[in-house]
Amino acid sequence: MTDVITPPATSGGIDLPDEHAPVAAHGHEEHGPSGLLKWLTSTDHKVIGMSYMITSLVLFYVAGIMALIIRLQLASPNSSLVDFQQYNQLFTMHGSLMLYLFAGPFAFGGLANYIVPLQIGAPDMAFPRLNALSYWLYLTGSIAMMSSFLVAGGAPSFGWVSYAPLSNATNSPGAGGDMWIMAIALTGFSAIFTGVNLVATIFYLRAPGMTMFRMPIFTWNMLVTALLILIAFPVLTSALIMLFCDRHFGTHIYSVVGGGSPILWQNLFWFFGHPEVYILALPYFGIVTEVLPVFSRKPVFGYKGMVFATMAIAALSTGVWAHHMFTTGAVLLPFFSLLTLLIAVPTGIKFFNWIGTMWRGQLQMTTAMLFCIGFLFVFLIGGITGVMLGSPPIDFFVHDTYFVVAHFHNVLIGTAVFAGFAGIYYWYPKMFGRMLDERLGKWHFWLLFIGFWITFMPQYVLGLKGMPRRVAVYPDNLGWQIYNQISTVGAFIIAASFAIMLWNLWISWRRPVLAGDNPWDAHTLEWFTTSPPPHHNYTHLPPIRSERPTWDANHPDAPALEHGHPRQSPNGSRKGGERKVGTH
Amino acid sequence: MLLLGVGVFFGLIGTIYWFTAYEDGGTMMLVGTCLLGLLPGSYYFYWHRRMPVRPEDRDDATMEDGAGTIDSFPGSSIWPFVIGMSAFLITMGLVFGFWLALPGVGLLLTALAGVTAESRRGGTV
Repeated sequence: MTDVITPPATSGGIDLPDEHAPVAAHGHEEHGPSGLLKWLTSTDHKVIGMSYMITSLVLFYVAGIMALIIRLQLASPNSSLVDFQQYNQLFTMHGSLMLYLFAGPFAFGGLANYIVPLQIGAPDMAFPRLNALSYWLYLTGSIAMMSSFLVAGGAPSFGWVSYAPLSNATNSPGAGGDMWIMAIALTGFSAIFTGVNLVATIFYLRAPGMTMFRMPIFTWNMLVTALLILIAFPVLTSALIMLFCDRHFGTHIYSVVGGGSPILWQNLFWFFGHPEVYILALPYFGIVTEVLPVFSRKPVFGYKGMVFATMAIAALSTGVWAHHMFTTGAVLLPFFSLLTLLIAVPTGIKFFNWIGTMWRGQLQMTTAMLFCIGFLFVFLIGGITGVMLGSPPIDFFVHDTYFVVAHFHNVLIGTAVFAGFAGIYYWYPKMFGRMLDERLGKWHFWLLFIGFWITFMPQYVLGLKGMPRRVAVYPDNLGWQIYNQISTVGAFIIAASFAIMLWNLWISWRRPVLAGDNPWDAHTLEWFTTSPPPHHNYTHLPPIRSERPTWDANHPDAPALEHGHPRQSPNGSRKGGERKVGTH
Repeated sequence: MLLLGVGVFFGLIGTIYWFTAYEDGGTMMLVGTCLLGLLPGSYYFYWHRRMPVRPEDRDDATMEDGAGTIDSFPGSSIWPFVIGMSAFLITMGLVFGFWLALPGVGLLLTALAGVTAESRRGGTV
C-alpha cells in the first residue's frame, strides 16, 4: 500500500507542541499490519531505525562478553582458560562485531535512520523500501557472521583486518572465513544503500525553510558520513570479492607465489579502514554537538566552523590510510604522516567549539550531558595518542603493541560508547515517550568512566613495555601481569555499568515515566512532534527561521538568533535582531 | 556543490600522491574517488543552473510554499525482507555450494516481480 504525502500545515510559531492531539496520527497508523508482520514489512524509517538499534545493541553486548573472556584469559600469564585458536577467534569476532556490526550500523543505520528525517521535517527516508532492504542485509550479514561459530573449523581467526596471506585458504581454511567475507559483503551493501538513502533524503526531502545551513549538526555529520561510506565501502567490498576469489577460484591477487601482492590487500583494506574510523566517529561527533547546546541552554558555538571541520576531517581521512602500514616499509612516510597530523587541526576546532558551547552556559548535568563530557575526556586522550602514532618514529616503536590497542579503544569507546549512549539517553524519550531513570543513568556513567580508565591506562604502559597485541599468553617474568590484572578488573567494572543500563531499560519498560514531547526543552525539529512520532512524523511544522526551530517556537520572547547572531531575515515570523544574547 | 568539491579535492590529492609516491594502487583509488565526486556533482550543478530555487533552500520560505504532493511513500512492503533473505541464501550458496543459491535466485526473481508490480500499483519507488 502507498501513502501519498502532502506537507504538514504551518502552526504559525505559537502553538506549543502539546496543544495538538495525536489522535489523527494514531488513526493513520492503524491501517498497516501489526505484530511480527509489522516488523517484517514496515518501510517506516522509525521502525527500521529501531530494528537497527536493537540488533546492534544485542551484538554490542555479545561482543562485550567476548571482551570479558579475553580479559580473563590475560589476567594471569600462561593462562589456559581458552586455547590459542579460540583466543584468536574471540579477538577476531570481538573486533568484527564491534566495528562492522555495532558502531557503524548503530549510528548510520539506527540513530540516523530514526533522527535525520525528523530533524529535517521529512515524512520518511527518500527510498523507504531500499531502507528496509538495508536492514535485512545487515541482519542476515550479522547472522552469517555469528553462525560462523557453528561450522567446522569455527569462526575466523585472522583478526578483524584479515591480512593476506594469513587470510588465504592455506592459513585459514574452513567455511568460517568465507562466512565472515560474505557477512561483511552483505553489511557493506547495506551500508552503501543507507548512504545513498541518507544523501537523497537530505538533498530532496527537507522542509521549506530548512536550508542546508539550518540543518542540525547531527544531520550535517550524517550527510558527510554517508559520502564517506560511498567512498570507502565499495573498495572494501571489491577487496573482499578478490579475497574470496583467491581462496576459492585459484587467483593470486594477494599471494606472492602467483605474482600478486599481499601489500595490495593492506592498501585496499585501509583505504576503506581509515575512512571507516571516521564513519564510526563523525555521527557520534554529531550526537555530542546536539546534546551539548541543549544542556548548556545556548545555541551551538561556531556552527559553520563545525560543518567545515566535519568536511575537513572526512576529506583528510581518505588520504591517511597508509599510516597503518608505516612498518611495511612500502609506503611514503612524509605524505601520510603530514596528512595524519593535519587531521588534528579540524578535530581541535571541534573541541574548541564544544568547549565554547558550554562556556558560560547554564549547564544541566543530565546523564546525556555527563556522557558527552566523558566523551570529551576519553576522545581527547584517544586523539592525542593518535597524533603520537601518526609520527613514524614513535609508530615504529609501538606498532602492534598494546599501546595501539589502548589508543583505538580510547577513540572508539569515546565515540561509539560514550557519545553513543549520550544519544540513547538523549533521544530515548523521543523514541518511546518515556524517560530513562536519571539516577541509574548516572551510576552507569560513573562506573563506565572509572572502569574505562582502569581498563585502558595500564594497556598504554603494557604497550610501552613491549607487550604485543593478539597474544593469548605471555611469560611471567616480564612484569606484565599486574597491569593486565588491573585492566581485567576495569573491564568487569565496565561490564557492571552495562548491567545497570539493562536494569534501567527494564525499569522504564515496567514502570514508565511519561516524557512528553520535549522533556529537555531541546532545540531541533524532532522535538516538535509527539513522542513517539506518528506515522510520517508531522501533522504540522513550525516556521523554520534558524537552526533551532523548536526552541524558536517554544520561546517566542527569546531574542531571535541564527547561528548565535541576531537574525537578519526580514520575513521571519517574529521581529528579530535587536539585541545580543548575554552569553556571547 | 559539495560533491564537486569532493571531486576537485581528490583530483588534487591524487595528483600530489601520484607525483610523490609512485604507487599505483593508491593513485587509482584516489582517481576513482575523484570521479565519484565529479559525476553526480556535475549532474546536480547542471540542474542547479536550470531550476528555480526550491522552498527548502530559501531562507524565508513558509510551509505553504511547499504545498502539494511531496511524493508517494510505500506504507509497508514484504519484498525488501524477501530480497534480504534471497541475498543471504545466495551468498551462503557461494560458501556451502550452489544448491543453496537456487532457492535464493528463485526468491530474488519473485521479489523483483513483486516489487515492480507494487510500484506500478502505487506510485514511485
